[in-house]
Amino acid sequence: MAALSTPLEFADGRVELAEPTLVDLAGSDVRALNSALHAVDVAEKAPTWRVVNPDGRHNIAVGLDADVDVVVDGHVGYYCAGMNKAATVTVNGNAGVGAAENMMSGTVRIRGNASQSAGATAHGGLLVVEGSAAARCGISMKGVDIVVGGDVGHMSAFMGQAGRLVVCGDAGDALGDSLYEARLYVAGSVKSLGADCVEKEVRAEHLAELAGLLTAAGIDADPSSFRRYGSARRLYNFHVDNASAY
Amino acid sequence: MTDNTAPAPDPALRESATFDRATIADIQRAAETGIYDIRGGGAKRKVPHFDDLLFLGASMSRYPLEGYRERCDTDVVLGNRNATYPLHLATPVTIAGMSFGALSGRAKEALGRGASEVGTSTTTGDGGMTPEERGQSKHLVYQYLPSRYGMNPDHLRMADAIEVVLGQGAKPGGGGMLLGQKITERVAGMRTLPMGVDQRSACRHPDWTGPDDLEIKIRELREITDWEKPIYVKIGATRTYYDVKLAAKAGADVIVLDGMQGGTAATQDVFIEHVGIPTLAALPQAVQALQEEELHRKVQLVVSGGIRNGADLAKCMALGADAVAIGTAALIALGDNAPHLDAEYRRLGSAAGYYDDWQAGRDPAGITTQDDELAQRLDPVQGGRRLANFIRVMTMEAQIIARACGKAHLHSLEPEDLVALTIEAAAMARVPLAGTSWIPGHGL
Repeated sequence: MAALSTPLEFADGRVELAEPTLVDLAGSDVRALNSALHAVDVAEKAPTWRVVNPDGRHNIAVGLDADVDVVVDGHVGYYCAGMNKAATVTVNGNAGVGAAENMMSGTVRIRGNASQSAGATAHGGLLVVEGSAAARCGISMKGVDIVVGGDVGHMSAFMGQAGRLVVCGDAGDALGDSLYEARLYVAGSVKSLGADCVEKEVRAEHLAELAGLLTAAGIDADPSSFRRYGSARRLYNFHVDNASAY
Repeated sequence: MTDNTAPAPDPALRESATFDRATIADIQRAAETGIYDIRGGGAKRKVPHFDDLLFLGASMSRYPLEGYRERCDTDVVLGNRNATYPLHLATPVTIAGMSFGALSGRAKEALGRGASEVGTSTTTGDGGMTPEERGQSKHLVYQYLPSRYGMNPDHLRMADAIEVVLGQGAKPGGGGMLLGQKITERVAGMRTLPMGVDQRSACRHPDWTGPDDLEIKIRELREITDWEKPIYVKIGATRTYYDVKLAAKAGADVIVLDGMQGGTAATQDVFIEHVGIPTLAALPQAVQALQEEELHRKVQLVVSGGIRNGADLAKCMALGADAVAIGTAALIALGDNAPHLDAEYRRLGSAAGYYDDWQAGRDPAGITTQDDELAQRLDPVQGGRRLANFIRVMTMEAQIIARACGKAHLHSLEPEDLVALTIEAAAMARVPLAGTSWIPGHGL
């Protein structure tokens, strides 16, 4: 691993960031990378990182807890940027299962496609998948914003509790099954809605919300082309007449 | 419940063994309400248990230790396979995972106080970590559950160990539930749920499936916490031999095995009584699995589900466990089902000694409730003291037995110190039927 870079401080107060800290995973390991990214003074001493040759390794840049910017050149395995707080992680490639799972804040951007359970249980921050996301995208989401440039697979936003999921393409079967309070927007077709998920009116505040999310994600799409889905709230309290819906 | 004031029925009346009064009442209740029975606690049916085993105290062939004078150590280290900071506990009696939500904040605080007083660990539950619990727990295990309610990486980093929960003995294969009456503003806020909903918890983790994925998940948790903390894996007892092998191969530092007598805050009665196997049947399977992988005593085994006293503890240790966890017994020590609350239990349709409506949130003891007024009834300092007393008694009882068997540490107890009273227990525990050398299923 390359040595930590240090910001250049000039007499007039200017601060220029040195080159990103370069980590070549062909000659280093994920444990050393994560340990360095967890250093208490990492945001101050090495705010930008470039990771090359990830070769699908799992658990890259997990548990970050500082305002750092990490760019990964290539495909990553499971749980990249898992439990992210504050950091910005960009993957110039595809991501395996559970990208940005349980993210708390910050931004994670997958330039390619994401495997299943992207953004699972995430509490906050912004996850952008520029390609498509597989099944269970946003499963049990708890406040995160997820914007997907392409399609999402089946059971996306299953038991979604809070946050927004924006799908610029199509959604697979059982979208929003057993949904709580997450809000879903889909531009394309929805193969089927899950239990207790219904289409809802798109009002002005929703168009404004969508425009903001698309802008934040850097995706050019017309908010008026989306439909909105949410919970009918019929299953919030068990009633025997709804038994067949469970 | 029987009405003690009613005259005794005619002795000529014969109750059906198949349709006994409890069964009749169940059918009548289902017909009236259209919904299954939900309750707390563990299996109530009689199953082979540790009472079906006896110790062989020392005599001519074994040399006992002098009670109270010769040392019999009780400490245990959990999680030294990979973690920088394994847990070193003074007693092998730990507190099982129980959530804030299922229990009041004061009850969680009392558990932390009691556990810390005797140098053992307590465990969070679904819904996350509370300041009361962290603040009062010297050793706190943080549960990582399928719902991930309240799951926060800061709490992972604040924990002393992490327990990946695959299931629990009361409902292996089932998710959790917390009924709306316990989803107060604080509980709802911690779980990111609307107030008053019947909270459903998923039965499968949202981002992994199967042992290969679990290995990667465990590695992620290690990476996030810089390999400092032991990673436990908790399973409900079913196909224990295979599940333990897979969990150990996936990298677990500690395996928590919960038998069907293990309690729950709220689960369908049919699930509690008809899914899973007894703790006694599961424990030897787990030990066998670890031994075959040459991981016994390297991956520690914590056993729970109906552990009630020092004899149960000693029997678990003799069969190969490294520690036990108590849940229901810990709540009883805090004051659950206390006789002085009998009148209040009766007003709720129960009685002291029978109360299991932990799902309802109306607990007169102030333990399984989110009602502030009821919760105030439990003094966490006094409750902690009672729990500490109970754990001390359990530990001393186990020491008495261990010394009688000539053992200077609880971990030195072994299957050879045990015999069984019944054929079933002998087959499950894999120890001889008392007075014989016969272990059913062995040497045939």
